[in-house]
Amino acid sequence: MAETRKLVTDPLIENNPIILQTLGICSALAVTSSLEVSLIMCIALTSVCAFSNLSISLIRHQVPGSIRIIVQMVIIASLVIVVDQILKAYAYEISKTLSVFVGLIITNCIVMGRAEAYAMQNPPMASFLDGIGNGLGYSVILIGVAVIRELFGAGTLLGLEILPLVKNGGWYEPNGLLLLPPSAFFIIGCFIWVLRTVKSQQREKISFQIMDVQVKEHA
Amino acid sequence: MEAYLSLFVKVIFVENLALSFFLGMCTFLAVSKKIETAFGLGIAVVVVQSITVPANNLIFTYFLQQDALSWLGVTGTDLSFVGLISYIGVIAAMVQILEMTLDRFFPALYNALGIFLPLITVNCAILGGSLFMVERNYDFGESVVYGFGSGVGWALAIVALAGLREKLKYSDVPPGLQGLGISFMTAGLMSLAFMSFSGVQL
Repeated sequence: MAETRKLVTDPLIENNPIILQTLGICSALAVTSSLEVSLIMCIALTSVCAFSNLSISLIRHQVPGSIRIIVQMVIIASLVIVVDQILKAYAYEISKTLSVFVGLIITNCIVMGRAEAYAMQNPPMASFLDGIGNGLGYSVILIGVAVIRELFGAGTLLGLEILPLVKNGGWYEPNGLLLLPPSAFFIIGCFIWVLRTVKSQQREKISFQIMDVQVKEHA
Repeated sequence: MEAYLSLFVKVIFVENLALSFFLGMCTFLAVSKKIETAFGLGIAVVVVQSITVPANNLIFTYFLQQDALSWLGVTGTDLSFVGLISYIGVIAAMVQILEMTLDRFFPALYNALGIFLPLITVNCAILGGSLFMVERNYDFGESVVYGFGSGVGWALAIVALAGLREKLKYSDVPPGLQGLGISFMTAGLMSLAFMSFSGVQL
């Protein structure tokens, strides 16, 4: 039981796919200017990741090693097409906002990476949970960034006004920078900084050590 | 002609794939430690992008879009829903063919690009380029310009970032921010700088 729970909870903070493994950053940055869009993106990615892990794990003994990448690619692409069609049918407005980023789940390294690293060696149920866990690890970061960007960039959350804006007679002057692309880089950079300060074993090796030079004072 | 030129400048500076759409970020941050390797990867992206975007444009126009099969005498078809799987197939096939051609005829170039070519199949900038081309309804001429221009823009961004990171190793970075963290910050500042191009009208 503890093993199973670890599969889902481990990727949330301990082994987060975005922060620690640097996977799947593209969409994490691009869709986070509003919370609603990010939530849809998280659901889409988590389901694709879980089901691709499940189906790849089911056929892992039948696939010859030399063509496994193309088999994984086809499975993932088909799942993404299903998600894309569902979004177009039931949430057309959001699928317009997400534009190409739903399609880009195909090349999202988290999905490919988990299929290759985990689902090829493990039984279906564990792979399914691993997919959900990694999808959630991605979602945590995405939702965190989206909350900061939407709350302080536009004063709203899910379209509801939280901080009353100056132009509507409130007190909050929105920070427009947060809605622009560069802010996503800064916010994720700060997340990494915080996480690695708390968990010092996740720090990278310093590539070029600067010597501490002691200046001796001559009396 | 002027329209093509303005599209070219626009995709390099204003709508840079890496810095304003965040495409190909994984490779962008992972392979930008040295200028030389970043340059090699940049060239490979330009080459693959200028081939796959026009190729996918032809596939979309003659096979996938609504009534596209009318040249075969079949009407009323709409295969655009299989778009994603065909584009990624075309990209994977093109990369494979390119790899074999280079190996056969230009071994020097093959050795220089060798390790980067297979990586490119899963680079989201390549698939993203094709998807943007479809979404914005570019015709064949525009897709050639767009493919080449977006590749150049991406290459420019990664070489610039690699240059910054090479200089950066002499600076005193806080321990938690080492490596990945500071690269994010640098890329953010670069993206801020590139935004100043957004006012450029042609």
